[in-house]
Amino acid sequence: MKAFKNSFFKYLGIFSTVVGVVFLITLLVDVFYSGMSRITWDFVTGSLSRHAHMSGILPAIVGTFLIMLLTAVIAIPIGVGAGVYLEEYGKNNRFAAFLEINIANLAGVPSIIYGILGLQLFSRWMNLGASFLAGALTLSLLILPIIIVATRSALKTVPLSIKEASYALGATKWQTIWNHVLPAALGGILTGIILALSRAVGETAPLIVIGAKVFVSVPNSVYDPYTVLPLQIFNWVSRPQEAFATNASAAIVILLLITFIMNFSAIYFRNKSQGRYKS
Amino acid sequence: MSLKQRMFKERFMEVLLMLCATVSIVTTLGILFVLLKDSIGFFSKVSLLEFLTDTQWTPLFEDAHFGILPLLSGTFLITFIAILIALPLGMSIAIYLSEYADRRVKKIIKPFLEILSSIPTVVFGYFALVFVTPLLQSFIPGLAGFNSLSPGIVMGIMILPMVASLSEDALNAVPDSLREGSYALGSSQVQTAFRVVVPAASSGITVSVILAISRAIGETMIVAIAAGQQPRLTLNPLVPIETITAYIVQVSKGDVPQDSLGYQTIFAAGLTLFVLTFLLNSVSFYFNKKFRAQYQ
Repeated sequence: MKAFKNSFFKYLGIFSTVVGVVFLITLLVDVFYSGMSRITWDFVTGSLSRHAHMSGILPAIVGTFLIMLLTAVIAIPIGVGAGVYLEEYGKNNRFAAFLEINIANLAGVPSIIYGILGLQLFSRWMNLGASFLAGALTLSLLILPIIIVATRSALKTVPLSIKEASYALGATKWQTIWNHVLPAALGGILTGIILALSRAVGETAPLIVIGAKVFVSVPNSVYDPYTVLPLQIFNWVSRPQEAFATNASAAIVILLLITFIMNFSAIYFRNKSQGRYKS
Repeated sequence: MSLKQRMFKERFMEVLLMLCATVSIVTTLGILFVLLKDSIGFFSKVSLLEFLTDTQWTPLFEDAHFGILPLLSGTFLITFIAILIALPLGMSIAIYLSEYADRRVKKIIKPFLEILSSIPTVVFGYFALVFVTPLLQSFIPGLAGFNSLSPGIVMGIMILPMVASLSEDALNAVPDSLREGSYALGSSQVQTAFRVVVPAASSGITVSVILAISRAIGETMIVAIAAGQQPRLTLNPLVPIETITAYIVQVSKGDVPQDSLGYQTIFAAGLTLFVLTFLLNSVSFYFNKKFRAQYQ
């Protein structure tokens, strides 16, 4: 009886894993099966259209990469900077303790609330409307907590001996951080940044709230209206016609390729940086 | 560089980095300000009592009602279904990973959980609407095209990695001495897991469940795509409903004139959502602190 119970719970664990795996595989097979036939050169390079079979996806692909780039430019320096401050400067003051609780809370705020913030702050008060810049600023705020937390845990892995050696040679605090601590923590920070950006690429809700257009052409400037892959998928999947659902699954295949490539490179950088310092 | 210049640079960098950190406080204040400002406008026209007790939510209709209850019931119904799926599956994966699986198995399961958690939510929404709902309809005849059952199940799978990995962290944090003590008294693996390790990790596991609930309440795309747009005070998982998040999406997509009462509803709804998730996150923060204090 004991032995049976023992193996029962083991198999329960395996069973639960299998449920998740089967779900994931079904999802991928379903999406690829209905989407692959739609992925042609014309689809990938064509512009958006009201007619499902004529529509391409290029503006959404370009939009996805442009918004990723803009978000990276805004969020990386601020996020890494904040992480460095909390880990290296603000260890023992009350301001830093308050910041820490605040960041933990921000990480739990639903993404759609960031959309409401972006709508009022960037789209209306700063008059950016439904532009790339408004979208990127909103997504930057959304992923800041992720980058900060990742930066901090990467900095934690840097051994004290490196800092001490640098100080012993007469380097200042900032010189030590810039020349030794940051390079040593780069792998971990990079992993966090890529994961955060991959989250931004898949986000839909906040961008709907700040106001997304459905028919846009390939953008010329950051003030142009945007569309991104998730928005296009949402738009297509909300229509009753079968042909639009096929378009949606084709766009999902492209979106999944982008997120998977990002996640695998994050895992690669993490494995590379892990075990570099053994204490 | 002279000493003075160097001192200045040091100070300058510290202030610059501190400003970066301050962005997070500005964000929090911004969220509070934006939500409160228009909510105050909303509540000057609709009484709080009506908001909390009216059983209809029809702000954009001729006969306007502003009761948040139907949106709340929709939100909680879907969250409940999602937790019903994610908790048993996630817990048994966590117990399996921390108490049974060897390193080789862990190396396969962990990346799989990471892939699952990296999938954009709009993709899950598509899958719920286009695949899971028709599949369920084939053996649940009364199931509507939009319902809370299908997005609830899919959301359960979506938060599964979160429950599994947070619970596993909690189980791993339990010191081996407790396990060894239990084995020394002649307990089996399963007795040790369920009578010693799980109770010892209970506050850590509570954290994972609360965070999962909070995540499910705030999830938007799955419900906006697959649950419908009909605010309805019901516990029936087979009919279309609407959640708080889906309502915000619905208004954002439409052309409700800005600064009208209908437009202000998204801020009142957003504030409700924010308060809910804030409370849950704070409770989880408390349990987390308690749990860490226990074993560190």
